[in-house]
Amino acid sequence: MRSSAGRLSLWLLLTPFLLWIVLLVLLPHLQMLRVSFQVRESWDTLDWGLQQYQNFFSESYYWRTFVRTGVMSLFTTFLTLVIAFPIAWYIAKLARGRSKGLLFLACLIPFWASELVRTYGWMILLRESGVFSTWLQALGWADGPVEMLYNDVAVIIGLVYNGLLFMVVPLVTTLEGMDENLVEAGYDLGGGHFTVLREIVVPWAMPGIVSGCIVVFMLTLGSYLTPILMGGKDSAWFTQQIFTQFITRFNWEQGAALGVLLLVLSSFIVWIGLRVTGQSLRKVMG
Amino acid sequence: MASESDLSCSGLVRRFGDNAAVDHVSLNVPAGTFFSILGPSGCGKTTLLRLLAGFDRPDEGEIRIRGQRMNEVPPNRRPVNMVFQHLALFPTMSVGDNIAYGLKRRGVPAAERQKRVARVLEQVGLPGTENRNPQQLSGGQRQRVALARCLVLEPTLLLLDEPLGALDLKLREQMKVELKHLQKAFGTTFVYITHDQSEAMVMSDQVAVMKNGRFDQVAPPEELYREPATPFVAGFVGDNNRLAGELISVREGLAEVRLDDGGLVRGRMASQAPAVGERAELFVRPESLVLAGEALKPDFSTVQASVDTTLFDGANSRVEVTSSGQTLFARLPQDGSAPGLSEGATLQLGWDPMLARVFPAGGA
Repeated sequence: MRSSAGRLSLWLLLTPFLLWIVLLVLLPHLQMLRVSFQVRESWDTLDWGLQQYQNFFSESYYWRTFVRTGVMSLFTTFLTLVIAFPIAWYIAKLARGRSKGLLFLACLIPFWASELVRTYGWMILLRESGVFSTWLQALGWADGPVEMLYNDVAVIIGLVYNGLLFMVVPLVTTLEGMDENLVEAGYDLGGGHFTVLREIVVPWAMPGIVSGCIVVFMLTLGSYLTPILMGGKDSAWFTQQIFTQFITRFNWEQGAALGVLLLVLSSFIVWIGLRVTGQSLRKVMG
Repeated sequence: MASESDLSCSGLVRRFGDNAAVDHVSLNVPAGTFFSILGPSGCGKTTLLRLLAGFDRPDEGEIRIRGQRMNEVPPNRRPVNMVFQHLALFPTMSVGDNIAYGLKRRGVPAAERQKRVARVLEQVGLPGTENRNPQQLSGGQRQRVALARCLVLEPTLLLLDEPLGALDLKLREQMKVELKHLQKAFGTTFVYITHDQSEAMVMSDQVAVMKNGRFDQVAPPEELYREPATPFVAGFVGDNNRLAGELISVREGLAEVRLDDGGLVRGRMASQAPAVGERAELFVRPESLVLAGEALKPDFSTVQASVDTTLFDGANSRVEVTSSGQTLFARLPQDGSAPGLSEGATLQLGWDPMLARVFPAGGA
C-alpha cells in the first residue's frame, strides 16, 4: 500500500519531465534526423540517401558558413569570458552588501527586454544615423555619417552583450566560494598578480568558466536575430541557412540535415572543451 | 639592537575610521625565538599580523625585518611567510605542488625543487605524500603541509594566525608540542597569534598580551603568570580570582585591602599600584588558595566562604565558593584529601600574601 503510493507519486513527479523530454526534445530531433536522410525524388516519392549531407560538403557556401559560425562563436565566447571575469570578480570579491545586489541587478536588467529590443538598442547606437555617428560628427572626428553596423564587429558586440549575463552568473557563484586567503597565500609565497591569477584563481574558477562558456557558446551558435539584424546581408550565420531552407526554400530535408550538423558541431566542441579543461559535465553543471 | 632582532616595529598604528585597531605598538623579536601575541578576539592581533605580512599598510610607524625597512615592500617580496587560520592550502594542487609553489616563483629548477619538497616533507613527518591531495589528509597533516609550504622557503620570519583553532582538543595539545619542536629544529623566528593563553604559554619564549590595540605586557610566559603587569594580564593569563575592596595601607610592599564585607586581606602591590584610600582589586590564583583544613600559616590572609559546588576535573579539580557575594575558585588538593565539601558548607580560605596581587580597580 505504502510502496504503491510512493510509486504513484514518483510517476506523477516524473510525468512532466518525461513529457517534456519525449515530446519536445527526443521526438523533434528524431524526426529531424529521419527527414535529413530522405531524398525527394518527385513531389510524392521519397527515397533514403545521403544527398543532403553531400550537398553540404559539395556546396562550399554551406560549409564555409558552418566553419565561420563555429569560429566566430568560439571567439565570441572567449571575448565574453575576458569581459565577464573582471565583472564577476568585482561582484564576488570587492562589492559589499547593497552595491553587490545592485550590480547583479544591473547585469540582469537588460534581460527584462527581449532579444529583439536589446538588439535594436545596439542598432540605434551603431547605425549610420545613430548616436555614435552623430557624436563623432559633432566632435569633428568624422566628416560624414559613419556606418558601424552590418559587419562582423557589430555582430560580435551584439552576441557578447547577449551572452554576458550567462557568463557572469556562474563565475560569480564559483568565485564567491573562494577563500580570499588563497589569493593572499598566493602573494605571500612569492607570486605576482599574473601568477596568482593563473595558478590559483583560474584553476579554482574552472568549473564556472567552463559552464559559462558552454552556455554562452550554445546560445551564440544557435542565435538567429542578432546576426541577422546586426550583420546585414553579407554576414552569414548558419542558423540563417537552416531558416532559409525550411521557410524560404521549403526544402525541409536540406534544412533538417543542416540542423543535425549544427547539433553535431556544438556537441563536438563542448566535448572537446570539457576534455581540454579536464572537467566533467557533472562537475560543471552540478 | 636592530641587527640582532629579526623583527622590530616601532610605533605601529593602523586606524579603521576613528578606531585604532593597532595603537602605537612597538615590538622587538630576537632571531630564532618563538614570539606569541595573545589577546581576546577583536584586540587587533590579526590586524597587526596582516601589517607584518604586508597585506595591509600601517598608518604610522615602521616595520623592520633584519634591519630592512618593510613598510613599502609588497607581500610577495617580503622574507615573511604566513600560515593562515584556515591554512589556505591550494585545493587545486597536490601536496607536492603546494609546497613547490613558492620555490617555483623563485625560479628553483624542477629537480632541485623536488628534492627540497621531499626533504621538508620528511622534516615535518610526512614523507612520500607529494602526490596526495590536501583534502585527503587529516587536520593535523594539513597543518604540517601548511607549515612545510612556508618553511621550505626558509623565511626570516614565519607568521602563524591561530592555525590550531580548527583542530580538536587532543590534536591541538599534540600540535602545540610539535610546533615548538619544529620551531627549534628549523631555528626560524615564529610570530604566533592566538587567543588561547595555554597555546601561548606552552610554546613561546616571549608573549605579548594585547588589548585594545596595545601591548599590556611583553614577557616570558612564567613572568607573565607570576608577575602580571596589569589587572587585564592577571585576569586573562591563567585562572584568577578577583576580590574587590579598598586599599587602606601599604607596608613593605604588602597592601592591606578592606573587602566590601569588612574583612581585611593582604597581597603584594603590583607595579601599577593604587593609592591608599582608592578602590582596589586583589587577584589570587586558585592554586594559591588553601582550604582551612590544611596548614594555615599565621601571616596568611583568610576569607570566609560557602561552598557552591565542586568541579571534578582530574588534576584540575576545583571548588566553587561564594565569599561576600563574589564567586571564587580554589584548587582542590591533588591527593583527594579535601574535607567533605557539601553544598552550602562554610569554610575558610587562606593564602600567602606574597602570592596575591593588588591592582587599582576598574583596570580590566
